[in-house]
Amino acid sequence: MTVRSYREALHDALRTELRRDESVFLLGEEIGRFEGSYKITAGLLDEFGPKRVRDTPIAEEGFTGAAVGAAMLGLRPVVEIMTINFSLLALDQIVNHAAKVYGMFGGQARVPMVIRTPGGGGQQLGATHSQNVELYYAFVPGMKVVAPSDPADAKALLLAAIRDDDPVLVLENLALYNTRGEVPDHDEPAPIGTARITRTGTDITLVAYSRMAAVALQVAERLAETDGIDAEVVDLRSLRPLDRDTVVASVRKTNCAVVLEDDWLTYGIGAEVAATISDGAFDWLDAPVRRVAMAEVPLPYAKPLETAALPSADDAIAAVRQTLDAVARRR
Amino acid sequence: MGDKPSTRPRSGTGRTRRASKRDDEVALQGPTPDPEFVQLLSPDGERVDHPDYSVDFTDEEYRGLYRDLVIVRRLDLESTALQRQGHLAIWASLEGQEAAQIGSGRALRKQDMAFPTYREHGVLWCRGVDPTAPHGLFRGADHGDWDPSEHNFNLYTLVIGAQTLHAVGYAMGIGYDGKVGTDDGEAVIAYFGDGASSQGDVHEACVFAGVYHAPVVLFCQNNQYAISEPVERQTRTPIYQRAAGYGFPGVRVDGNDVLACYAVTRHALDAARHGQGPTLVEAYTYRMGPHTTTDDPTRYRNGSEVETWKQRDPIARVRTFLEKQKIADDAFFAAVDADADRITGRLREYVIDMPDPTPEMLFEHVYAEGSPLQDAERAWFRDYQASFAGEGH
Repeated sequence: MTVRSYREALHDALRTELRRDESVFLLGEEIGRFEGSYKITAGLLDEFGPKRVRDTPIAEEGFTGAAVGAAMLGLRPVVEIMTINFSLLALDQIVNHAAKVYGMFGGQARVPMVIRTPGGGGQQLGATHSQNVELYYAFVPGMKVVAPSDPADAKALLLAAIRDDDPVLVLENLALYNTRGEVPDHDEPAPIGTARITRTGTDITLVAYSRMAAVALQVAERLAETDGIDAEVVDLRSLRPLDRDTVVASVRKTNCAVVLEDDWLTYGIGAEVAATISDGAFDWLDAPVRRVAMAEVPLPYAKPLETAALPSADDAIAAVRQTLDAVARRR
Repeated sequence: MGDKPSTRPRSGTGRTRRASKRDDEVALQGPTPDPEFVQLLSPDGERVDHPDYSVDFTDEEYRGLYRDLVIVRRLDLESTALQRQGHLAIWASLEGQEAAQIGSGRALRKQDMAFPTYREHGVLWCRGVDPTAPHGLFRGADHGDWDPSEHNFNLYTLVIGAQTLHAVGYAMGIGYDGKVGTDDGEAVIAYFGDGASSQGDVHEACVFAGVYHAPVVLFCQNNQYAISEPVERQTRTPIYQRAAGYGFPGVRVDGNDVLACYAVTRHALDAARHGQGPTLVEAYTYRMGPHTTTDDPTRYRNGSEVETWKQRDPIARVRTFLEKQKIADDAFFAAVDADADRITGRLREYVIDMPDPTPEMLFEHVYAEGSPLQDAERAWFRDYQASFAGEGH
């Protein structure tokens, strides 16, 4: 084990795959000489050269579409889209082509490509640059979407994504890039489509992914200290495929759940998780599933407003207490 | 530098600089060779004649252009300083692009509409918007604070190239309303950069502008860089030559020559307002500073290139011209500097004293008529805030 930052772990995975497999190459805007807006590709142009690390014109639909074509011919492009907000410019290539070529070509062509892109607010980047639109891709059959919350999963899931034969969107997070944690020294990928229980507990299940999975762990520790509440944390890690079994099994054990998400509540990922719990653990529930999400506004630019709009650990703690109050009233 | 102006500036007539290397893996070359472009004032401050373009300014107007150039540069330097001192979150500098912005901005008539990127502080100045108005955006207080319809100057657009489509749509609307075809007809200008020229939005804007013969000027400030990527990473042909493919004229102008930028833009706007359709203008200039205060350009370009462009400074040549022609004296230059001191001082005070927005602004302007969901969240938030009463919140 080595302590690495989330940023370094992603970098390590890219470097590992570039060394391991000649068919892997990187493309995107500002990833070469500038080393990426968030420096994930630092040093890779020098090490692997401009054939494998390609600065592209400023055209997201263009380079994403080019990656689809390259992938159809057997290469393994890893696209960096500077932020998930810019993926909206590539929506047609992702939704209508990357995700559908395999099916519409009758299985005769695969699209083994990766789109790496960070989401997340909290950086004062304004309403158009701070969204969490992973839902758009998790909604689409044919896509896979993974969302690591710590450095070990960042590396293991990116390795898995590059080796996968389907298009995989790897959701990174701006607020996580500098977080640190132990990362295994081996290069084993994590299975895509499996959630991970990052803290076992008996009183309540917290379900989250990406940044909010890290927040959920902090929430669980605080609740243990202040309220004597023993929370279980399910880190989804993969939004599509969604590991429904792990979520349901946890709720059948704890009998209640709170979902934490960085996107908007209405039609959000949490709604799908709540429906999953309703389907699989209805008779085990002692309280309605609560969701903690963003305020339903375009994310403000001003720091105090942005902070107020984003879901926080305090919001989650309040939701847990309300849920457990409801449980107590029922019992 | 091109001492001789292009004799044939129109679309499809300029020489195409052939890409010498077909393989896009080759290391990119240094500064592009001096291009052919419309120039009316050389870097040495000499007036240059051009067969198609000219200006007829009074001495007063020449002095006014100089004053504009100096003040927008000083505002820009002050803004960078404010960012470095922690009073702004970020700043997108226009340094080096003053002539392109003042020339085109002053070419606009009152009834014309401008669609800026986030760097058009010089055009904003020309439109009569308070120069402190964009600083809420760069401090992180709001998304921009001026009334676009009052000044005919749209709010800054942060998504690369998106505003070109808005501008073309607006121009189509002007045509629909029958406000073209006369001297007091209306025209639209869309600003974008060399990086944006790769975006699909810009291509589609050009397609629509051409097909609908929209009264719009597509004004590209080719400042040679999209963050770190040089223009050679966006295109192998001069940007203005793309106009031929869309069926309207393209002109390249010395973007560091305020007179030429004025003349070319005024000509294009007047053509548009008279119903003669769009023009693509490529103002060939240089971003002297970083893309924004978040990057360090010394990492991706060399000092000699910057030095070369310093010799082409857009302000120095106007000052030399004014001095040589005895249009302005030392008292005038001192008065401009004093003006700039006063205006930048006011900016500094404004930025430092800018209040944070109130929490309830969070729920404003989501829907035109409000909505039950936001109303409920606002009510909850009010109660939540009130619960801290007496705790110093």
